[in-house]
Amino acid sequence: MAESPFKAEIERVQKEYSEKMTPGAIVYIPGSSVVNKTGSWRVFMPEFNRDKCTRCYLCYIYCPEPSIYIDEEGYPVFDYDYCKGCGICANECPVGAITMVRETK
Amino acid sequence: MAVRKPPITTREYWAPGHAACAGCGCAASLKLATKAFSEAMEEKYGDPNAFAVAQATGCMEVVSAVFPYTAWKAPWIHVAFENAGAVASGVEAAWKKLGRKGKILAIGGDGGTADIGMQALSGMLERWHNVVYLMYDNEAYMNTGIQRSSSTPYGAWTTTSPPGKYSIGEDKPKKWVALIAAAHRIPYVATASVANPYDYIRKMKKAAKVDGPAFVQVQCTCVPGWRVPPEKSIEVTRLAIETGVWPLFEIENGDFHNIKIQPPGGGAKVTREGGKIVAIEFKKPIEEYLKLQGRFKHLFKQPEAIDVMREQIKAMWKVLGVEVTLPKPEE
Repeated sequence: MAESPFKAEIERVQKEYSEKMTPGAIVYIPGSSVVNKTGSWRVFMPEFNRDKCTRCYLCYIYCPEPSIYIDEEGYPVFDYDYCKGCGICANECPVGAITMVRETK
Repeated sequence: MAVRKPPITTREYWAPGHAACAGCGCAASLKLATKAFSEAMEEKYGDPNAFAVAQATGCMEVVSAVFPYTAWKAPWIHVAFENAGAVASGVEAAWKKLGRKGKILAIGGDGGTADIGMQALSGMLERWHNVVYLMYDNEAYMNTGIQRSSSTPYGAWTTTSPPGKYSIGEDKPKKWVALIAAAHRIPYVATASVANPYDYIRKMKKAAKVDGPAFVQVQCTCVPGWRVPPEKSIEVTRLAIETGVWPLFEIENGDFHNIKIQPPGGGAKVTREGGKIVAIEFKKPIEEYLKLQGRFKHLFKQPEAIDVMREQIKAMWKVLGVEVTLPKPEE
């Protein structure tokens, strides 16, 4: 994925929530948790094989984050900024289009 | 190739970046619930955002609202452990007075619903508020460190029901809040599971569309509390359905004689009489469900406790009007 779909939102949160304290301690930006890049928790990362995918959307439905989106053609797109690497998508995929691989830096 | 569409709206009300554990079944259940709710609101009122959420303290409240951030993209109010039902009633009454169309979604965990918030829930149902109460049932107080709740199943390990020489873990049967809610004769009560998302989405939409109160109890995994590997999170709840531990049913208007049971799948043989399921012969032994989870590990040294569990499951299905046969594992 080239650019995070939450880029504008993250910039707004970082600009307005300065020094971890909002004016009056009010949480007024919905979905502001997108600044927490939980992808750093990951040990194994899902690798997606587009040719095998039948577009059943089970990974999209089960993903607890959600860090799986749907592109224009209807294929799942993985957002590694937020994927915690739980492996549900690989375990539930009926055709084995997703495999978990050890992440290397 | 033609463009295919996912079976549910791609609008998100549950943003990524929340602090839930990897593989959290409850996070998946809330994500689906809000999506289904918004679809139902769009079909009923023409506005997908015509809902508000009142959430009791619990795992999903703690992980989604770490100050100063929130994972919610819907109007959301955090309330104390015991009064999600009462606050949802108040919000609903205010919306009625303002002439605002929509429905309130109240969310509580099993501790916040079955133990602490029982009275507020009962009052909300009895006063006939136009609210859907969603109970995500992870079967203990997971947020504070896995203490037993009244919804903890028989034989489970928790930190306050430790197994050992003189104990088998939790020694009391699970409390079925869905049946208590149905005793209020409210329009709609259902149990669901994250492992059967199509059924869950359908039930959530139906609950959102009825006029009057509705109650949905959804079983979802807690990875650290159930001692399961994160990737098996959905698989283990599926095995709960297929082995008969978790029944999927719907009760409308408190009519206990016409409980709609969903077939469990997993090769189970279902016998129908006049369109109603009267008997189910399960093919998978409950050991398959138990052995995946570390919280039931000690039971394999005390097999008589598993037989007690089987008797309890049979008794619970009998209440639903179904005779079940549960197989024993092959030697």
